Amino acid sequence: MEPINIEGTPKTPTIKFDSRDGVFEIKGRSIPENSVEFYKPLNEWLDAYMQVPLDKTVVNIKLEYFNTSSSKCILDVFKRLEAIHRSKHDVEINWFYEEDDEDMLEAGEDYDSIIKVPFKMIEIVE
Amino acid sequence: MSFDLENLVSDLDIRDAILYFKGNIDSEVINKVLDSAEGRLLSSHENPRLRKKVYNVLVESLQNLYHHADHVPSGYRAARPDRFGLIMMEKTLRGYRITTCNFVTTTRVRELETKLTKINTSTSEEIKELYKEILNHQEITEKGLGGLGLIDISRKTGNRLEYKFVKYDNLHAAFRLSAMVTVD
Repeated sequence: MEPINIEGTPKTPTIKFDSRDGVFEIKGRSIPENSVEFYKPLNEWLDAYMQVPLDKTVVNIKLEYFNTSSSKCILDVFKRLEAIHRSKHDVEINWFYEEDDEDMLEAGEDYDSIIKVPFKMIEIVE
Repeated sequence: MSFDLENLVSDLDIRDAILYFKGNIDSEVINKVLDSAEGRLLSSHENPRLRKKVYNVLVESLQNLYHHADHVPSGYRAARPDRFGLIMMEKTLRGYRITTCNFVTTTRVRELETKLTKINTSTSEEIKELYKEILNHQEITEKGLGGLGLIDISRKTGNRLEYKFVKYDNLHAAFRLSAMVTVD
């Protein structure tokens, strides 16, 4: 599978999904008007990865801002990771949030309560 | 005097607004408004927590206009009839007030009022559960998730949403929504 490498823009995040090392990253801002269009290729890529996942997949989420339509698309990403986890493969989600950004911490906790995958909340201290 | 969306904010002093735009809310306008607001917040060395909340609420407010403003009534003067709205942001003693105005069809007034009443009468814990319920169980469309933007604004601000509808004609109402963004 070809890795996904998408450069971030002021409205869309940097995406690095690599099936060779099983490390995935979503970083930056996710506030496009049409999130579904942006996340569609990512979820299609994950559908293929789910067929042949590595023993361990590590997902790093380092978002500064995201809008509500992205929140659903990110949940769809997590649901695919949950399916991989259910199929007896290790999946770890690292949710990074900036110091004092309680809204971003709460957003991570929301996902943690919905998705049955180990979540690690990691505070970034400046 | 004929009706203008600006009439809805006549009780606010738009000369004091640190951000004001009336017109077609397209992707480019959203970018410019967000850039401008972020620049203002950074140059005034605003508390980072407040700055982030304000930015988040602005994003949702602008995208609510982009996705949910109904066409302007025929006869109303607008350069383009779709996605027409007004957004303004003022600095207040405790934080920032972000106000949007747009037209909605009268058939949507009750639906919006029901949503806003539910949000305003819910506790913060109930708002959180409502957010998760919609996030987890509702299908997304190109317009987003029904009402999640309003719930998110309420959750981020922790304040009641102020709103009013003014009848324009039998088919349309003008809708104003204000959110006070504050931090403890």
